[in-house]
Amino acid sequence: MNAVDHTLLSVENLRKTFSIRGGFFRKPLTLTALDDVTFTVKTGETLGIVGESGCGKSTLGRCILQLLKPDDGKVLWLGQDLVGLRAEAMRLWRQDLQVIFQDPLASLNPRMTVGDIIADPLRALKPDLSRAERRARVIRMMEAVGLLPEMINRYPHEFSGGQAQRIGIARALITEPKLIVCDEPVSALDVSIQAQILNLLADLKDEFGLTLVFISHDLGVVRHVSDRIMVLYLGRIVEMAPGDALYAAPKHPYTRALLTAVPIADPKRARERTIEGLVGEVPSPINPPSGCHFRTRCPYAIDDCAKARPPLEPAGDERVVACIRWREIDEKGLAAATRATTGAGDVPSPEAELRLEEVQKPGFTPEDPRPDLL
Amino acid sequence: MSAIVLDVQDLSVNFALHQREVKAVADLSFQLSEGETLAVVGESGSGKSQAFLAIMGLLARNGRATGRAIAGGTDLLALSRRELDKRRGRDIAMIFQDPMTSLNPSLKIRKQLAEVLIRHRGYSRERAATRVIEMLERVGIPEPAKRANAYPHELSGGMRQRVMIAMALLCEPKILIADEPTTALDVTVQAQILDLFQELTDDFGTALVLITHDLGVVAGIADRMMVMYAGRAVEKGTVDDLFYDPRHPYTFGLLHSTPHVEERGVRLAPIKGLPPSLEQLPPGCAFNPRCAFRFDRCLSERPLLIPRVRERLSACFYEGELKVETLVEDAAE
Ligand SMILES: Nc1ncnc2c1ncn2[C@@H]1O[C@H](COP(=O)(O)OP(=O)(O)O)[C@@H](O)[C@H]1O
Ligand SMILES: Nc1ncnc2c1ncn2[C@@H]1O[C@H](COP(=O)(O)OP(=O)(O)O)[C@@H](O)[C@H]1O
Ligand code: SF4
Ligand SMILES: [Mg+2]
Ligand SMILES: [Mg+2]
Repeated sequence: MNAVDHTLLSVENLRKTFSIRGGFFRKPLTLTALDDVTFTVKTGETLGIVGESGCGKSTLGRCILQLLKPDDGKVLWLGQDLVGLRAEAMRLWRQDLQVIFQDPLASLNPRMTVGDIIADPLRALKPDLSRAERRARVIRMMEAVGLLPEMINRYPHEFSGGQAQRIGIARALITEPKLIVCDEPVSALDVSIQAQILNLLADLKDEFGLTLVFISHDLGVVRHVSDRIMVLYLGRIVEMAPGDALYAAPKHPYTRALLTAVPIADPKRARERTIEGLVGEVPSPINPPSGCHFRTRCPYAIDDCAKARPPLEPAGDERVVACIRWREIDEKGLAAATRATTGAGDVPSPEAELRLEEVQKPGFTPEDPRPDLL
Repeated sequence: MSAIVLDVQDLSVNFALHQREVKAVADLSFQLSEGETLAVVGESGSGKSQAFLAIMGLLARNGRATGRAIAGGTDLLALSRRELDKRRGRDIAMIFQDPMTSLNPSLKIRKQLAEVLIRHRGYSRERAATRVIEMLERVGIPEPAKRANAYPHELSGGMRQRVMIAMALLCEPKILIADEPTTALDVTVQAQILDLFQELTDDFGTALVLITHDLGVVAGIADRMMVMYAGRAVEKGTVDDLFYDPRHPYTFGLLHSTPHVEERGVRLAPIKGLPPSLEQLPPGCAFNPRCAFRFDRCLSERPLLIPRVRERLSACFYEGELKVETLVEDAAE
């Protein structure tokens, strides 16, 4: 890593809420998807973002890209706040920030040829390129991502998931972006294809000097690609640290639990390991627990945890942690109290059942009205 | 030796399409013992689900199964649909990735679970009601009496999966087939469900078939595993043998494609290419176009699943050492 800190992106106090219609005769509910999120991304690094579904990973990615307008906070790109920029002004930066989505086939227009799909961002962002130049760039990108140039006139349905993801990557790369937000880019792929795409991303990162924000619920994958890792829980950062430090010694109780829950592909180690199991599931973001959002599932929770939001404190080695007990837990090796299986946050209310599966249906983008809320 | 609860011999599944036939599963043989967990691993389209749907008598209309699947002294494949309906749930039950495929969205949990006991086991309404609550509690549903009054959509994904497991267990089946049961769940909830499976196999002696693409899940709970490729088993053995000393290049490749939580940045050595289309399988070994270790014989002759070391069976002609460098060099070509 670089000795000089080149901050490329700086996100400050980002907040994003969604208004949810509460059903007949009920007033709309407010769902807080991101709650005061602050972090920076340095040039050339890969920042991994992990957390269980619904914790705000995709919303964060979309707010960075200005595909969603945050309620509050700043997204500083090379010092310039992108929030609230008019379309014209945003276009200047658009080519710098690109995105790769999870469902490769669903995110490609079925009626466009591969060549047109890959060239699409150029049409809007570099309208003065000649057709021949555009085509030359498309072919260069196809080669870079491992697609045969003779496939240029084919349609997306003729491709497998892994190839479709290559098309998505070529499209993201064609504007020569500085930063790419990868939102679960390999989650829909079989493991051998997933590995091919991960290697490809690593190569392209070197070749094009990219900075990546890599979102995934798969901790093995995030570990593999990231320099630093942010852990989100119900819209808040609970811990952020360099990958090695985070995995070697997680400090937040949620990170600890999350890491021990990840299956290890090594039978002997898997048998030896004790899992710091968590009870219940992530509570509803509409009505999250007071104080520390994690307290209803936390094996270390005490009364004070309900009182105020734990501040995100520096914990050495570029690490920040949001837990009032992290020092105690860390230094005294405090044993996790066992808790009864029932907890207030255990089972989401029906409202909370506006579950993520809906939001993540192929083809659903946050700009669309929620299908279940129409 | 524990008793064998399922003995499958030469199971094949064919689907009739307009002019053609697709062989989704070919000559699959395996045995399952009481209380053991068998993991079935392979990429999508390798025939994992169809093999077990065939055993359950749940194939699509254009599908036909041949071979034998003996459980409790009878060949399940030879039973009529009606007879199978009766045995299903009692001897053998199956759960799926999406619990909503098995749950009726318009019935309360209490009602649909009780129905199973009334229909299959002749329980009275009252007895069934009590048993349902007990079972919901057993699978770790908090406040089961209250939750039983919910409709499936009112529960979270993890809770629904528990309800489905409870439903599958009501008739105390000897065999539980779980098809990607945790794939849609978050890791902390996945850990809870896997724990539950472990208890079930330990406490009730249920034999578990766990269909999954996640080698981490396999390492954590399975005793034995069967790796499938293009409709066939390519390697079978204990989990330790297959993880620490794989003899089939496909198993080897899968292991090197999986990123480890415990190390960063080590370059993956993925299998190149794509799984083949079942309708255009290459001659010889179906894996040969993607295999870094292939030689002449692999292109013309199909390797049989034969004993290799210890209890392990592999379908591969290559007898040399499987080396990561070979994978890497081959991918670079
Ligand atoms: N367009 C939307 N309308 C309403 N709620 C939304 C919308 N998009 C996301 N959400 C909600 O915001 C929360 C965070 O979602 P998301 O960022 O997609 O989480 P993740 O990517 O971590 O799974 C979830 O509770 C989700 O249901
Ligand atoms: N009704 C059907 N008609 C034709 N082919 C089918 C049918 N159902 C499944 N198949 C084929 O059977 C093959 C094996 O599928 P499956 O067992 O579901 O794979 P997996 O290993 O992912 O569970 C697939 O290639 C699929 O296309
Ligand atoms: S603040 Fe309390 S509840 Fe939150 S993680 Fe720390 S110990 Fe657990
Ligand atoms: Mg998401
Ligand atoms: Mg399947």
